[in-house]
Amino acid sequence: MRIGVVTFPGSLDDRDAARAVRACGGESVPLWHGDDDLRGVDAVILPGGFSYGDYLRCGAIARFAPVMDVLVPAAQGGLPVLGICNGFQVLTESHLLPGALIRNDHRKFNCVDTRLVVENASTAWTSDYEAGQEITIVLKNGEGGFVADDQTLDMLEGEGRVVFRYVPDADGRNPNGSYRHIAGITNERGNVVGLMPHPEHAVEEGYGPTLDGRGFFTSILTHALETAAKA
Amino acid sequence: MTTTDEQTQTGTHAQAAAAEPVAGLDTVEHATRTPDIDQPWSELGLKGDEYASIREIIGRRPTIAELAMYSVMWSEHCSYKSSKVHFKLWGENTTDEMREKLLVGIGENAGVVDIGDGWAVTFKVESHNHPSYVEPYQGAATGVGGIVRDIMSMGARPIAVMDPLRFGNLHHPDTQRVLPGIVAGVGGYGNCLGLPNIGGEVVFDDCYQGNPLVNALCVGAMRVEDIHLAKATGVGNKVILFGAKTGGDGIGGVSVLASETFDSGGPAKRPAVQVGDPFAEKVLIECCLDLYAAHVVDGIQDLGGAGLSCATSELASNGDGGMRVELDLVPLRDASLQPHEILMSESQERMMAIVEPDKLDEFMAITDKWDVEATVIGEVTDGDRLVITWHGEVIVDVPPRSVAHDGPTYHRPLSRPAYLDALNADSASALARPETGEEIRAQLLTLIGSPNLCDKSWVTDQYDRYVMGNTALSQPDDAGVVRVDEETGRGVAVATDCNGRFAKLDPYTGAQLALAEAYRNVATAGAAPLAVTDCLNFGSPEDPGVMWQFRESIRGIAEGCKFLGIPVTGGNVSFYNQTGDVAIHPTPVVGVLGVMPDVSKRSRSGFRTDGAHIYLLGTTRPELDGSEWAHVIHKHLGGLPPVVDLAAEQALGRALVAAAEAGLVEAAHDLSEGGLAIALAEACMRHGVGATIDGLDQVGVDADGTILDPFTALFSESSARALVAVPAGSAAQFEALLGEVPHRRIGATGGRDLEIAGLFSVSVSELESAHTFTMPAVFGS
Repeated sequence: MRIGVVTFPGSLDDRDAARAVRACGGESVPLWHGDDDLRGVDAVILPGGFSYGDYLRCGAIARFAPVMDVLVPAAQGGLPVLGICNGFQVLTESHLLPGALIRNDHRKFNCVDTRLVVENASTAWTSDYEAGQEITIVLKNGEGGFVADDQTLDMLEGEGRVVFRYVPDADGRNPNGSYRHIAGITNERGNVVGLMPHPEHAVEEGYGPTLDGRGFFTSILTHALETAAKA
Repeated sequence: MTTTDEQTQTGTHAQAAAAEPVAGLDTVEHATRTPDIDQPWSELGLKGDEYASIREIIGRRPTIAELAMYSVMWSEHCSYKSSKVHFKLWGENTTDEMREKLLVGIGENAGVVDIGDGWAVTFKVESHNHPSYVEPYQGAATGVGGIVRDIMSMGARPIAVMDPLRFGNLHHPDTQRVLPGIVAGVGGYGNCLGLPNIGGEVVFDDCYQGNPLVNALCVGAMRVEDIHLAKATGVGNKVILFGAKTGGDGIGGVSVLASETFDSGGPAKRPAVQVGDPFAEKVLIECCLDLYAAHVVDGIQDLGGAGLSCATSELASNGDGGMRVELDLVPLRDASLQPHEILMSESQERMMAIVEPDKLDEFMAITDKWDVEATVIGEVTDGDRLVITWHGEVIVDVPPRSVAHDGPTYHRPLSRPAYLDALNADSASALARPETGEEIRAQLLTLIGSPNLCDKSWVTDQYDRYVMGNTALSQPDDAGVVRVDEETGRGVAVATDCNGRFAKLDPYTGAQLALAEAYRNVATAGAAPLAVTDCLNFGSPEDPGVMWQFRESIRGIAEGCKFLGIPVTGGNVSFYNQTGDVAIHPTPVVGVLGVMPDVSKRSRSGFRTDGAHIYLLGTTRPELDGSEWAHVIHKHLGGLPPVVDLAAEQALGRALVAAAEAGLVEAAHDLSEGGLAIALAEACMRHGVGATIDGLDQVGVDADGTILDPFTALFSESSARALVAVPAGSAAQFEALLGEVPHRRIGATGGRDLEIAGLFSVSVSELESAHTFTMPAVFGS
């Protein structure tokens, strides 16, 4: 199964995402921001980093990269897409996912191992988890506060589209001030998932807090195999 | 986005313009005609005899542009004029055996060592102290940017950074101005570059009030055959400036900022601090790596302090010919910049490459791919002159070596400060000590929450330690460890250390203790120490006492390295860290790099399971002078620092590496500030696993052979010691490989309390509360 990883100028975790794909049995395919085709991949990861230096607004410039012109319609047509951190910001800027990511409420960059509850284990990227399962992966961002209007938040919750929530601390706070502790969401079809924490930093023994991130990369392989079987 | 066509056009235009002199331009021809014009050499920081020597070298008065170049390149920061007479101590103490480990030694942008399997690693630590005091965020950010470019220019991919930081009193209002900005700057720049920040130090001491120390270390890796050097060779080869455009920021930053103290009433220095753009640097890193992979770069140099003045003169000086540069071709952010300002500008994120003409198109195709602006601004010439023109007129014509390498050398007077005798006589042994278990417990809780020993995650959580996916260990563990080879797991460990109080009491011993601690930290993580870098932070070299401290420190490090057999590969000197007559403690920060065949075998610092045996390795003496205990509890500094025993460090290091290699270590933690008590508390807090210590009476004896009292056993800061927890089943095997290393089994892990038998017990959660309270209380959560 071929998983594309897009590199924008300023992408940082592209090599890590590709490594995670390989570590979990997939084939990683580098995609360049200036490309106008997706090289026939079965799924795409938009990695973390500071695309275009986060200038203007995180993800706001990457949204206009040539590769997005082909990625957006493909995602709307069902191609699985995972946006991690800056990739999540690109997905909201592209309107593939609702809401926005704003500056952390404590106004500092924050790199911590963070506990998440998996709420939706039926997306293309989370089927190897169980609903209600708690995982610990890395969170590292300066602008990771998920916000949306109440109507959108109600819709996301009502439709089961909240994929991950932060486990709040004793004071009821989450690491970046995200509304309703939302860490990751999906689109209506469940093929596009965006989250702020980094599963690709929790796939290899000794190089991350846990192996809890592997589920993303095994889920997508299962999904791609199923899709291939149906076709 | 510049193309060669554009440059050719501009070049032609420049030549056409040569017929008409540029109004007001101080050309070489003009300088020759007007030998007696008064020049602002003093304002540029040059001394009278230095100015006279420039006139002698070039046989006339310098043009304004030449004066600018000489003044920045002959500044203390660039020329090491006060320090370099002492650098021969490095060479004198480097044996052939040590030299064999060096692929590139002192003098290049950074030293390079062979770590095996065809891999080379380059690393270096530098200071950005003064800019960070003036403008904390940008000063610290560009400090990271500068050291990363040094590493890049060796041909390496940067793989990790570390930042040893020192501040004044934690509770001083100015610390609350300086610290958050510096930390945000280090994080803001390094995070955006995608480099894991794997360690460093955060130290507070009143002596750094007004003179915070911002040192930045970077490590890079490459294949041995990919090493690049900063030299311009091959007549007709092109000189290419690439990266960001040149602006007015940082003009004179190096010479002015790095050579003056911050007396009140001085002129505002803010505009002299450079402004960083980490996104531009990230793109530049990837672009350079593509250029190296395509083999289109002959020589390369980063633009840092002294900008184009430094890059052109150093490249030419290191090569075998001359260089001609058309300065008017330099892309500018500010079109009004004068030629001498362009030469001095320290705009960030710029590099200079020497490229063969037939590789130019390929070079430009790669820079285009990354949207990096690249411009041919000159070429390597026959002969031995650096000639710089402005619209066709010659404004610089000098021997490059005279600018880059033949600056003045000072033999500054040095003398042992008179206050030292009284200071050394004032031992901590006279201080009141806790007598009961309860008193010791209370002091442990005070210490664990004190500024230097408290939890630093308020700082380190602002740094990305995971990016690149190769981090095997990072703060608060003893050393940062990163994988270099993803197939084999081969990698490196790095630690930096310095206890300025010890160096104040005795700079020779203090510097060796810094070396010993960094060496020990690397070995504690399981890596074999291989090489050293240092950042020597001192007061004014014009003070003979400071100069003595400086020389003693270099001597201490150099002789220590010789004993340990690990070479110094490079480093940096920062003088003038003082306010008025009051200098900082001598602070020779030492970074040690070690190598591991497989970093997955690294030792971590925290207890993880119940029932492991706890060993104390090394010899404990009654050594409390200069200790954290004396500092925190009594605000006392006096006496003599702990004894250095490098043979013991070496034996301890070998044992720690062998134990890690054999997979026997559950946890290993070095003993330093706060001694055994703090090491135990830290090992317990890491994963919330307690310990019972019942062998305190076996820790050590004093000079008379009397068993050390529990307080001394817990808080002495004797060097060459480490705490190791070993699963009970591996204890015999562990003891067998310790050989001559003194060791005592002092207890076992387990439970949720740290219990010192017969003295006191404290819950790990109480330790944690005291440990984590301090920084958020000052800076907010």
